Amino acid sequence: METIVIDIEKDLIGTQGNMTLSIKASIEMGNLVVLFGDSGAGKTTLLRILSGLTKPDKGYISIGNTVWFDSASSINLVPQKRDIGFMFQDYALFPNMTVSENIAFAQKQPDKKQVLELLERFGLDQFASRKPAYLSGGQKQRVALARALARKPQLLLLDEPLSALDASMRITLQDEISKAHAYNGATTLLVSHDLSEVFRLAHKVLKLSDGKVQAYGSPDEVFIDNRISGKVQITGNVVKIDKQDTFYLLTIVTGMNQVLKVTAFQNDVDDLHEGDRVIVYSKAFNPIVIKGR
Amino acid sequence: MDFLITLWVTFKLAFATTLILLICGLPLAYWLAYSRFKLKPLVEALVSMPMVLPPSVIGYYMLVLYSPRSWFGAWLARCFDVRLAFTFEGVLIASVLFSLPFMVQPLHNGFRSLSDTLREASYTLGKSKTTTFFRVLLPNIKPSLITAIALTFAHSIGEFGIVLMVGGNMPGKTRVASIAIYDEVQSLNFAAANQYAFILFAVSFVLLTIIYTINKRNDTWKLL
Repeated sequence: METIVIDIEKDLIGTQGNMTLSIKASIEMGNLVVLFGDSGAGKTTLLRILSGLTKPDKGYISIGNTVWFDSASSINLVPQKRDIGFMFQDYALFPNMTVSENIAFAQKQPDKKQVLELLERFGLDQFASRKPAYLSGGQKQRVALARALARKPQLLLLDEPLSALDASMRITLQDEISKAHAYNGATTLLVSHDLSEVFRLAHKVLKLSDGKVQAYGSPDEVFIDNRISGKVQITGNVVKIDKQDTFYLLTIVTGMNQVLKVTAFQNDVDDLHEGDRVIVYSKAFNPIVIKGR
Repeated sequence: MDFLITLWVTFKLAFATTLILLICGLPLAYWLAYSRFKLKPLVEALVSMPMVLPPSVIGYYMLVLYSPRSWFGAWLARCFDVRLAFTFEGVLIASVLFSLPFMVQPLHNGFRSLSDTLREASYTLGKSKTTTFFRVLLPNIKPSLITAIALTFAHSIGEFGIVLMVGGNMPGKTRVASIAIYDEVQSLNFAAANQYAFILFAVSFVLLTIIYTINKRNDTWKLL
């Protein structure tokens, strides 16, 4: 199987001080990979480096048999020569073009049929001749996604593609990304902070922390402690910890936006705080709550 | 007849100045907006100098430069048999230099106001820098473009000091409306001065009204 090889280093001057981004990874092509990590971990910079918009200090990037960047032999393909689709966090829709013109602009060859197909696929038919200024945030995100797909790129880079959407739209579009990925077959790298998104979409997770790869593997391998074999596993965030007489009642909002009430004992809640990410296992009759990694 | 010829010279100068500046100003403004050249502040300062310098200072230096005793004037005279002092071409060059900031600054601000990701998005969509410039950047700075053209044109019409220094007051060649007004007033010919003055006033007023109307209309499709 062909792979994308990334081995780069770049010094970053960030808001939380300086940091060296040092990424080594080998990604099997065709996968949908979620880049996961705290803000400032280097996710966006990694996408920009892959797209050629930001130049690493040194290292090597290849996709299949094509070398995109190699500091040793001074190879650095410009973004135009890398076969990519990039969806920016601010969408970067062209304000002078209508929705369909934005999509058509991205095409390698003019193809009206494909524009119509993408408009329909993303539910944008009735906005086709609108300018981006007259679209809602969610509509803009869909246009940006459609535009990134219009080139049928080899590598699709999505920088927090669903951040501006409400929960139901989010889930619809997660399905769209999943379908688009299946339809296009492009290797997709997607930045996300949202665990439910990770579990719904990702084949693989590349977890970054302070500019380094902390883990790479399937969502289960990366996020779930496999010492426990649970029957039901739910991830979510603790929103409230209530002390009852002898036990605690945890209110947990899952990635699917369900609210769960779970009981816990003193030793369970010792290092739990509101906002913590937890995994809830159901074993036999009693649910076990442990702190998520 | 003199009246019409003077107006013709005035508008010919303004048109030619604006056209030349549009062609040179766009690449210069683009370069100023996106280059990472270390000495860029120096270039920016030079471009803006005509805004703060008295026209007579630039006029004086232009005259010195045009003089056959300077290397430039001598070179022009030797190679092309051209003398620029007190000619329309000489005034045109001086006018281009003097109006440079009025073209470059609005365009520069226009480019700077666009989000970097617009350019980057176009590059990732496989579009060259030239395609990006004409299809993405230029259409999105239309208000700045119109402002730059109108300001340059209006400013060139109104130019007085530098034309007087470099071109003198030669009817049909370098005599422009602003100088004619001064001249007519000196010879107590107020009726003629009034005609010139009214036309300059009206043209500038109409141009500025157009700018503000267009900018107001375009407010709604700024980047969100």
